[in-house]
Formats: sequence, structure tokens, C-alpha cells
Amino acid sequence: MNRHLLSTADLSREDALLILDTAEELSRVSGRSIKKLPTLRGRTVVNLFFEDSTRTRISFEAAAKRLSADVINFSAKGSSVSKGESLKDTALTLQAMGADAVVVRHGASGAPHRLANWVDGSVVNAGDGTHEHPTQALLDAFTMRRRLGELDGRRVTIVGDVLHSRVARSNVHLLHTLGAEVTLVAPPTLLPVAMGEWPCEVSYDFDSVLAKSDVVMMLRVQHERMNASYFPSAREYSRRYGLDPDRLGRMPEGAIVMHPGPMNRGMEIAAEVADSARSTIVEQVTNGVTVRMAVLYLLLSGSEPAIGGNL
Amino acid sequence: MTYLVKGARVLGGEPKDILVKDGVIAEIGAPGRVDGTGAGHVDADGLVALPGLVDLHTHLREPGREDAETVASGTAAAALGGFTAVHAMANTSPVADTAGVVEQVWRLGRQAGHCDVQPVGAVTAGLLGRQLAELGAMADSAARVRVFSDDGVCVSDAVLMRRALEYVKAFDGVVAQHAQEPRLTEGAQMNEGAVSGRLGLTGWPAVAEEAIIARDCLLAAHVGSRLHICHVSTAGSVEIIRWAKSKGWDVTAEVTPHHLLLTDACAETSPAGAYNPIYKVNPPLRTGEDVRALREALADGTIDCVATDHAPHPVEDKETEWQAAAMGMIGLETALSVVQEAMVETGLLDWAGVADRMSARPARIGRLPGHGRELRAGSPANLVLADPSVRWAVDPGGFASKSRNTPYQGMTLPGRVVATFLRGRPTVLEGKLT
Repeated sequence: MNRHLLSTADLSREDALLILDTAEELSRVSGRSIKKLPTLRGRTVVNLFFEDSTRTRISFEAAAKRLSADVINFSAKGSSVSKGESLKDTALTLQAMGADAVVVRHGASGAPHRLANWVDGSVVNAGDGTHEHPTQALLDAFTMRRRLGELDGRRVTIVGDVLHSRVARSNVHLLHTLGAEVTLVAPPTLLPVAMGEWPCEVSYDFDSVLAKSDVVMMLRVQHERMNASYFPSAREYSRRYGLDPDRLGRMPEGAIVMHPGPMNRGMEIAAEVADSARSTIVEQVTNGVTVRMAVLYLLLSGSEPAIGGNL
Repeated sequence: MTYLVKGARVLGGEPKDILVKDGVIAEIGAPGRVDGTGAGHVDADGLVALPGLVDLHTHLREPGREDAETVASGTAAAALGGFTAVHAMANTSPVADTAGVVEQVWRLGRQAGHCDVQPVGAVTAGLLGRQLAELGAMADSAARVRVFSDDGVCVSDAVLMRRALEYVKAFDGVVAQHAQEPRLTEGAQMNEGAVSGRLGLTGWPAVAEEAIIARDCLLAAHVGSRLHICHVSTAGSVEIIRWAKSKGWDVTAEVTPHHLLLTDACAETSPAGAYNPIYKVNPPLRTGEDVRALREALADGTIDCVATDHAPHPVEDKETEWQAAAMGMIGLETALSVVQEAMVETGLLDWAGVADRMSARPARIGRLPGHGRELRAGSPANLVLADPSVRWAVDPGGFASKSRNTPYQGMTLPGRVVATFLRGRPTVLEGKLT
């Protein structure tokens, strides 16, 4: 494993499987009444969030705390950052405080890569601009694996704003590494112009790929995209690219529906679909904590056994 | 002072002795045949002699951003790079949009004395793109402005561009356009292509440059004016310029050294790691295919000249996340080396070609009669001696520029400037400022 988790493209198949297997092992702890392990006692994990993302932050916080790490939450709002402190100075401050891991969420693509130059600890990318969100892809893969078994040859369709989606980028790399066949579905305006080297298929037609999808993952569509003419209206988007009960009915039996949240119910996903038995949306949240525990554990404690011999 | 330059290969040809006296080249002759009695001797064995280089596109940052560069430090860098004249871009603070500001910059250049500073005047007041700046007043000032540019921003309003092109005809001026369609490049961070898609950075599409170039070529033809295009960066732009020239229209173009050598892949895979904003520049680094097209266009003359777009920025404006970083890179002290690497070592240009593209043509476009002249008896003694045989590891720590934002740090480049003469006076000797 690398010292940092910046992009799923950096993960080998062995790394990815190690994280997923470790998460599987750690998930057994989640079922216990006392969920805490002593593994990262005395280690410091900083949650450095330049963007508001309560969901991701508390997921990382819960993960670190269940491993007994000390957690410092550093939110950009109301801090020295809002007074104009540079990313580098923030990094040097965290470095001086002895952060063993920095979990960073930032609005600028590549900010975690820059941060990794300036701190000795491990950097975990918790979402950078329109680039990547590696732990989201890992928890998605973990969820798929639990529902469907191994991912080799599984067909995953990811639908929505691929151009601006860090979830899509991370998933394409990771799922390809794990042997799944990925199809991205979006209006042409919401796809990068040059995708020749992406290890996936691209389609503008949601309906044509529904019947051969083991997984349909819906991406959140920001309302502001509509004002920038990426598509004419929310209704038209929803008709062409939304997952409604009719489309759900045309998916193969056993196929699952995923969404990284937060959802726009009625926009990219109908409420009935989000709440259906085939939806894994709540499981994804649960699995998020487990997968992030595995990531922090593997980055910070290396080869020691994850939960010791006391199970 | 009189100098005898001994054994210099004029434009890369046979060794000659060059006698420099009273600001002009007094004599050029076979080695040992020129009488240098009483002259200071400069050993130029193995060195190539070129006319002093002329830069059509330099940001000296003064007035306003003296923390990044001053006229004195920027022109020192220019002299060390072999330049005897630089055109100082107008996007200073205050903007060089009045006779007062251009005269100030011009005077600062004279005081520094490292090379001639020819101010560029803004096309529109405050670079705001609303109304023309007082172009005539700048032309008539002591600075004798002939090149006008809103560089940094595009004169995107078609009517304003048309008027500017027409108006400067009265004093033989030229509008140098920064071709960037603003709506297509809102928030743009790097070339729009495979790399921007992977990195999740907002793309700057080639069409945003090409559409403006096409429009402006047509406008220039319609009103019979002279148009210069700054920092051409795409293969498509080259085709449009080639077409405009084939019509006989008075269109000229420049390319930067960095667009001749580097590609957008630098943003993803560089020794310094991904997302290093040292490679962030406007227009952005393009693809390998664009680099090939630009080199060929410079070789065949479709692109007239090399211009550095030397853009100094303080460290704190580059040691940031990519999106927050300033755009631009310094280039005066590496320009000749990069051109040697990209054009000479590849066989695309010989030294006579380099002299044409880095001295004669830019001087002609900028209307600088004292520069870019043939190296022969009677010409002003503006010349540079360079050693093409050395290779050096670029270390900005040794640069005269106040800024360090070079993308070539750690790279090994060929060729170094040994001496520069400005009207017979050495500004650089043995690779050092005099």
C-alpha cells in the first residue's frame, strides 16, 4: 500500500482486495455491543474539511474513534483558513501537531496531492473538487461485494453528472481494477470531452443499458448545473436519466440500486426506488464507517493484525 | 569602449572576428584579420553569434507587483538570456493605458540599462474591455508605443477589436491579441482534453483560442490592419494563421518556449507530483500533437517568432492547490536554451533561423529599427554570444529574475548565453551581468 490514499487509480488489485477483506473483518466489530478496538490508540487523525460535508466527516470520525485514535476536527469555516491562511501553512501546522493521518475534503481538485508534499503523515482524500473520492468507491465496492459476491465480470452502470463527479472517477478506476465492467451514462454535456482512455463504456441512453446492469449507481445532480445549460430542465433530466419505478422494473432480478447521497428524491431517483428493497443506500452509509476503518488501519498500523486474536 | 570578439560563429557559420566600436559593428572579418588594437578582447571560440534577442511579450510587473519582478530585475534576466530589447506588457497596476505609465516604464528601463524596454500599451482603459485607451497619446509619448495589447484578457468584444485594429493604423501600430473566448473558458484551469478529464480540472478548450483568432484575422482583413496573435498554443490556431497568411493578410503570431517543449501531461506526471501549479499557465500547455504543429509552424514561418510570456509570480502564488495558483511561468533566462532544445537539436531551425525568429521578426513586428538587424559592418552592435555545446541543469536559485516559477527546474537544457552587447556595451560577459 502507498502511504497515502489519494486516488483509486493508485490501488493495485491486491491493495483493493486487502482493504475490502480488512473491512469485512472489521465489520464483525460493528455488530458487537462494544464497537471499539484499541488498534490506533495514541495515534492522531485530523479531519481537515474545507468543504461542508457532515456525512463524510462523521463517517471518518466514527471510523477513527472505533479504532481508538484521537480525532481532531478542523473545519475551514471560522478557522485561520477563512482568514486567508494558505493550504501549505495549514499543512505545516498539522505537521507540527504530529498528525499521523490527515483526512482532507477540499473544493479544489488535487488539493490532497499538494498536501501530501507538505506533511509526513498519511493523507486520505475524502473528496477533492471534481476529481476523486476514493473511500466512497471503496465502500461502494464493499457494498456490491456483499450483495453480489466477487465483482469480476459484474456490470455496473453509473448514471449522472460524470463530468463533475468525484464518485464516478474513483469508481471507474476501482471497479475496473476489481474486474467489473463499467458503463457511464449521462447526457453528452455532463461527460468529459476526451474519454478515450477511460477503462469503461459510455452511453447516452439509459434505457439501452438497464437490462444488462447488475448495479445501477445514480449520481447526485446539482441544481446549479441546470442554470449553466448542461440540460434544459430538471423534469427533462429526470425523464431521460432518472431512475423511476418503471426503469427499476426493467433491471434484471437481483440487480441493486446505489446512490452515494445526498439524494435529490424525484430528480435523479424516485422516492419509491430509493426506499425499495433493492436499494443499498442505507447500507452504503453503514459500510462507509467500516471501509474507512480499514483504510485508516492499513495506512497507520501496517502489518499488525486488524483486530487481534480476541474475537 | 571597443571590443574585438574573436572567433565567433556568426549565425552558426565559420568563425569570424567582430570589431565592436562606438555602438556599432565596425568590421567583421576572418580570424586574425581584424585590427583590434586597443580593443578589449572577448574570446568567442566555439560560440555562436546572433543579433540581440527581442522579446515581444514580457511581464516586468512594475509598477504594482515589485514583489514579483521589477523593471531592473526583469531586464537583468533578459540580458542574461541574450535579449537586447523586451516589450513590457501593459497589465501592471496601474495599467499601462496612459502616456504617463508607459513613459514611467520606459524611463525605468533606461535607468536600469540592461536592455531596451519598449512598453506595450493597453488596448482598452484599465484592460476592462469597455472603451479604447488613449492609444494615440501612448504612440506619441516618449515611449513611442507601437504594440497594443490587453494581454491577460482578450479583447473579446468584436466591435471594440475592430475599432482598435482600425485606429492604430494612424501610427503604424499593431494590436497583439490574447485570444481567449471568455465564456468558453470560465473557471478554466488547463487544456481541455484527456488529462483535464482525468484530473477533474475545468478545461480550457482549443476552440476558445481558435475562434477568436479566426474572427480577428477576418476583422484585420476587413479593415486592412495589422494583427499580431500572442502565445499561439494549438494546432488548429496554426492552420487558421496559415490560411490567413495565404490570403496575404497582415497577420503575425508568436509562440512561447514552453508551448514548444511542454505538454499538459506535466500536470499529471511530473517529478514534482501531480497538480503542481508550476505548470499552470495561460494559455495552457497543450498536447504533444499541438507541440509538433507549433514547432513545424515556427520552422516554416507560419508562426513568426518566439516570445517568452515571462510571467513572474512570488512563491506563495504558486505553492498552493492548482485552482488557487496564479497562471504563468518565467522564461527570459531559459528561452534560447529551450529553443535550441526544441528547434535546433531537432533540426527544424538552424542558427540563422533562430536569429530570424527571436530577433529580426519580433523587432520588425514591434517596429524597433535598432534591433534585429543583420550582423554586418554598420549595424547597431546588439548581439549575443552563446555556447551551444554546454548543457546545464536549470536552477532558478541563480536567476536574476526576482521570481522562481520556472517549469524547467531540475531539467538539463542545452546552450548558455556567454555575452550580450547592447549598442556596443556589454551587459553580460562570461555569463554574468557586467
